Amino acid sequence: MPEIIRVESLVKKFGEFTAVAGIDFNIEAGEIFGFLGPNGAGKTTTIKILATLLKPTSGKATLAGYDVLTHPNEVRQSIGMVFQDQSLDDRLTAEENLWFHAMLYDVPNSVFTERMEQVLKLVDLGDRRSSLVRTFSGGMKRRLEIARGLLHHPRVLFLDEPTLGLDPQTRNAIWHHVRRLRDEVGTTVFMTTHYMDEAENCDHIAIIDHGKIQAVDTPAALKRMIGGDKVIVGGVGSDADLEKDLAAKYNVEVQKVDSEFHFQMQSGAEFVPRVVSDFSGRVRSIQIKQPSLEDVFLRLTGHAIRQQEGSAIDAMRQGVQLWRSGGRR
Amino acid sequence: MKALKVIYTIWFREYKTFMREKGRIVAMIGQPLLYLLILGKGITAGMSLKGSSDVDYLRFMYPGIIGMSILFTSIFSSISIIWDREFGFLKEVLVAPVPRWAVAVGKCFGGATIAMIQSVILIVMAPLVGISLSVLMIVELLILSFLISFAVTSLGVIIASRMQSMQSFQMVMNFLVMPLYFLSGAMFPMSSAPTWMKPLMMADPLTYGVDALRNVVFSETMIVVAGNVQQPLVEVARTAGLIRWSLSFDVAVMTASAMLLAVAGAWVFSKSN
Ligand SMILES: Nc1ncnc2c1ncn2[C@@H]1O[C@H](COP(=O)(O)OP(=O)(O)O)[C@@H](O)[C@H]1O
Ligand SMILES: [Mg+2]
Repeated sequence: MPEIIRVESLVKKFGEFTAVAGIDFNIEAGEIFGFLGPNGAGKTTTIKILATLLKPTSGKATLAGYDVLTHPNEVRQSIGMVFQDQSLDDRLTAEENLWFHAMLYDVPNSVFTERMEQVLKLVDLGDRRSSLVRTFSGGMKRRLEIARGLLHHPRVLFLDEPTLGLDPQTRNAIWHHVRRLRDEVGTTVFMTTHYMDEAENCDHIAIIDHGKIQAVDTPAALKRMIGGDKVIVGGVGSDADLEKDLAAKYNVEVQKVDSEFHFQMQSGAEFVPRVVSDFSGRVRSIQIKQPSLEDVFLRLTGHAIRQQEGSAIDAMRQGVQLWRSGGRR
Repeated sequence: MKALKVIYTIWFREYKTFMREKGRIVAMIGQPLLYLLILGKGITAGMSLKGSSDVDYLRFMYPGIIGMSILFTSIFSSISIIWDREFGFLKEVLVAPVPRWAVAVGKCFGGATIAMIQSVILIVMAPLVGISLSVLMIVELLILSFLISFAVTSLGVIIASRMQSMQSFQMVMNFLVMPLYFLSGAMFPMSSAPTWMKPLMMADPLTYGVDALRNVVFSETMIVVAGNVQQPLVEVARTAGLIRWSLSFDVAVMTASAMLLAVAGAWVFSKSN
């Protein structure tokens, strides 16, 4: 598969602060590529650079063969964008929002109606085309944004935290649509998330933290990297020495997460009786788990990803929204 | 070609969303009515114009009220840039493969169109203040409204492009819009202003807009002056110093200002996003 996005030593600084600290990755045409990282990792900043909305401090990025710095218009025509925060005009109907987009992206009038039918069907909004977007739920707005992003047949669709703040059912539906899109239309999808379980859906994942990529691989390969199963031991009372003793006894690296101790073992199941006899009386619980991306992240970065729903900006937007709907309409 | 399409698209959205805001339309009708009522019944009673007792204050004020309505409507239109930024829609426009200056120009056309609708509402009220209308005059008024509004919306675009929040926009507006209005000669003629204020009034582009509006609004009305003689209102006003320049001079200054501000607006908008 040819590479559709190439990023080389990309750096973005805001004043003294480095948001993206020299990252490299390539994305193949037709894959779902995920950026996994906590809030503030630099995911949105990277997307904005690729979408020509921000200029990199240094480094190079090309999309569909076009340099983002020298050919911004070609890059823009080649991408569809679903921003982290909503970007629809909710005083217009779904159809009018799509019409607006078609005009800006030079979709000819003759094919607009057919395209609109297509994309609305893809996200199951066909019957709501003439409703004002204001009357849509959060999930419907997201789906409409995805439909809009596809209207001009972009080579790459960017989805910045497409499922943030949505209920699990809607999140599943959106994933269903994204996979369908990749399978039926062949669009390359570049998405960011800080939900570990969602990243499993990607063909390749880049794990990003503090502006640096820690690893890029398939979800399966990343998990294999952990080596073996994860053993979670819960101690009795506040046994301060348990962490140290476990590490010494089995010669493993133990991580304390909340009040439990995590470490890796080749075959976890056979290992359980040994722990029980070695630490009888000091162990309250033992669990064996297949490694998850959460563990991969923990291993690579030394800390757990924080699941913060709704940033300060979201709260502000909501406040303004209330004020606006009360005052302006 | 592409740029024209973008201008049209942005314009059409401004127009469409405006038509959906019933509250704004009600305000556009109610506000001038209120002003005319207050001025007509209140201020006029205790006011006469120095050296021009033949022109009553309400007639003098009517073109100024048109000017004021255009001013406020246009500024309100340019605020939509800040709304769009706050609610995210601006990003959809900025990430599209379109020239940004065309987006700004589309906004200016949108604002100017809405201001023309505001003018129509005011023109309909002309008989209420004793002003006669003709078709030519209505056409001239619409063109003037467009021109003035285009200039003011452009100014609004310049400011809105640099503002991050609604609050700061309102601050700037209070420091800019109100002086622009008070200095435009809409409320008191330049002839009765103190000497130090006159250069400021001359520097206010709206001054020429209001002068042009008076030129046009007064053109069809005859009034009775001392000795029961009928005279065109426009002549009386000119003699009294209420109209200072010719219509063509006013239009030339307004056109130049509008072009300059529009270019500046398009430039600032492109640079700041
Ligand atoms: N315009 C900006 N000015 C200053 N700092 C910024 C700006 N945009 C983002 N940042 C900072 O850069 C870091 C990365 O942000 P972002 O890319 O939005 O993270 P993510 O999308 O992964 O949550 C954050 O610490 C954020 O505060
Ligand atoms: Mg982000």
